[in-house]
Amino acid sequence: MSTLTAFAASVHDRATFRLPEVQQRPLRWSLYIGYAALTAGIFHGLAQALSYANIDILQYFPALRSYYQGLTAHGVANALIFTFSFSNAFLPLMTARALSRTLSPGLLWGSLGSLVAGNILVVFAIVTNRATVLYTSYAPLQAHWTYYLGLVLVVVSTWLAFLAMVLAWRGFKKDHPGENMPLLAHISVASYAMWFLASLPIAVEFLVFLLPWTLGWVEKTDPLMTRTLFWFTGHAIVYAWLLPAYVSWYALVPRQAGGKIVSNTLTKFVFILFLLLSIPTGFHHQYTDPGISTTMKAIHAVLTFGVFFPSLATAFSVMASLEMGGRKAGGKGLLGWIPKLPWGNPSLTAQLLAMITFVFGGITGLINASFTMNQIIHNTTWVPGHFHMTVGSAVALTLMGVAYWMVPYLTGRGLRGRKMALASSWIYSIGVFVFARGMISAGLEGMPRRIYRVQAAYDQEAWNLGGALTGIGGTMMFVGILMFFFVIGVTIFFGRKGGGPTDIPWSETLLTPHESRWSKSFDRIGFWMIVAIVLIVIAYGPFFATYLPPNFVSPGFRFF
Amino acid sequence: MKVHLYEKAFLWLGAVLLVFCLGALLYASLAHGIHLPDREAEIDPSEVASTPPFDDPGVRQVSGDEYEAVMIGRMWSFEPAEIRVPAGSNVTFVATTTDVLHGLNVEGTRLNMMLIPGQVSRNAYRFREPGEYLIICHEFCGPGHHLMFGKVIVE
Repeated sequence: MSTLTAFAASVHDRATFRLPEVQQRPLRWSLYIGYAALTAGIFHGLAQALSYANIDILQYFPALRSYYQGLTAHGVANALIFTFSFSNAFLPLMTARALSRTLSPGLLWGSLGSLVAGNILVVFAIVTNRATVLYTSYAPLQAHWTYYLGLVLVVVSTWLAFLAMVLAWRGFKKDHPGENMPLLAHISVASYAMWFLASLPIAVEFLVFLLPWTLGWVEKTDPLMTRTLFWFTGHAIVYAWLLPAYVSWYALVPRQAGGKIVSNTLTKFVFILFLLLSIPTGFHHQYTDPGISTTMKAIHAVLTFGVFFPSLATAFSVMASLEMGGRKAGGKGLLGWIPKLPWGNPSLTAQLLAMITFVFGGITGLINASFTMNQIIHNTTWVPGHFHMTVGSAVALTLMGVAYWMVPYLTGRGLRGRKMALASSWIYSIGVFVFARGMISAGLEGMPRRIYRVQAAYDQEAWNLGGALTGIGGTMMFVGILMFFFVIGVTIFFGRKGGGPTDIPWSETLLTPHESRWSKSFDRIGFWMIVAIVLIVIAYGPFFATYLPPNFVSPGFRFF
Repeated sequence: MKVHLYEKAFLWLGAVLLVFCLGALLYASLAHGIHLPDREAEIDPSEVASTPPFDDPGVRQVSGDEYEAVMIGRMWSFEPAEIRVPAGSNVTFVATTTDVLHGLNVEGTRLNMMLIPGQVSRNAYRFREPGEYLIICHEFCGPGHHLMFGKVIVE
């Protein structure tokens, strides 16, 4: 240990700290709900991918009333429930470990309770075909009130988890005045601080507009206003999914790869940039919308390019951490360090593959943000091709990789099926590439997303190759997740007792925390939240100032 | 803040690249006249059929090679379902919806807009090549969504 202490730790206390079992239990269940949602959502994912290959398997889903009911389930389960259930467990745990502080048990149980209640309502609404509106929930398609309230409760569960983290953060600050905040806690709190701000517009959309409307208290709603509120949250939400993965890449992956975090201060700076820039970018989802001025769209285009910058910094830092590990293991030459990384570690391998797919996810994202090209690909299969390389792999694979140490850590049971876990990640990520290649190329030929191709009234020959690749890749992804689910299930029930790790894989930083006023200000997350609000007001204010009052024109439509 | 030299170089390169891409974007939209739908007008979706120009949907010649196509999207069809224009026409699409959100994507072109209840969408495209262009509704609009399409026939 004596040689190691030359480096700064990303946690406050090197000695292991564990939450008491009563606090670990809600985190564990939240995690299980997430992975169960992931698995539940992929069955219709398979049906969608095969539909694009002109193969119809919906006849084997007797409980489904329509393709779109399943599509709603896929989006809600995989994009919303899976990601936030994971974060509700992962981020508080990281914060507690980094600060060596317990969390409020009431808030943790409250968060789990809200998540469970939300899930029950949403599952009821979707399974009984009362909410076939897709996860974007665009009014005036109108879902049952249980759907909106259920999703609000899921959001509330994230607020309670965030509050538990904030209390620990403030308590630590009070007890350690003037001290540098531990890096792992900083980036975890910053991630959910961003999400807390980002979640407010969708809370307004659901509570102020959609719930009173679906309950019949008001007759009509404003489709453009509600859609704008959705995307106000809706682009930042993808960063809310991504940042927990970044937390793992920055602060945990270096140790797993045998390297170090490059810089404490720069890492904090990157997360502050995400806090500032993730939210004022939503209009790039609405480039082709009427009712929003081109000027507003252009401003959001520039800011969207801006939020690419901290991701570039991440690419450098994370790669440098990996290279350190590979070289220490004897890697020589320009790229010789890559094969020397511990590819036999399923947790690391899943995350390395996630990073590779994310390169392409990022590049296609820049194309989406360029409004000239956006008109070619908006609402074509290009878009799901893109986001299956971001949330569908950079995030999903990372969250699976984290499971390979976090489930053993929280259950105390050793990972069973290491080889199957490795195979799962490879099959899944190769599947993502084949799938995305298919969706992206067919999207460039104009194949629309969100259609039941098997029964569509139109078709194009040019879609056939892309559609077939979508089917093949989607099937591989499905198999990969099933293998993941099997490994986790076997680990929980049959893993060797006492075989789990005793600590999380926190890393050390190469450069010690820098003691300038500027860099110390990064620890003042509350202050940066206020700056973020100012930026948001600048980016969204002119639209609302010229648009309000709402244009209440649409009664609800329930055609399921 | 201490930043390693290589990282500094990488970040500068990245920033320059992003600014360059933004410049290209600006150039493309200004020099090639690539526009997005803007704020056009508000409309009551229940009164579409009696609100000009939607009281008379269809395509009409405005002047020379300038055409205007007035279109209504509703569950699950476009009105008119087919429009014909001569090759080389610059067609301005003016469209709205009477019920839920729809999409209006003319395949093989960059004409791609959302139809949102209460709003009028407008954008133009010059059809140089003769042929049949599919118009596809690409936003989910209910169980018959995949049945909703139309055609532009360029002669």
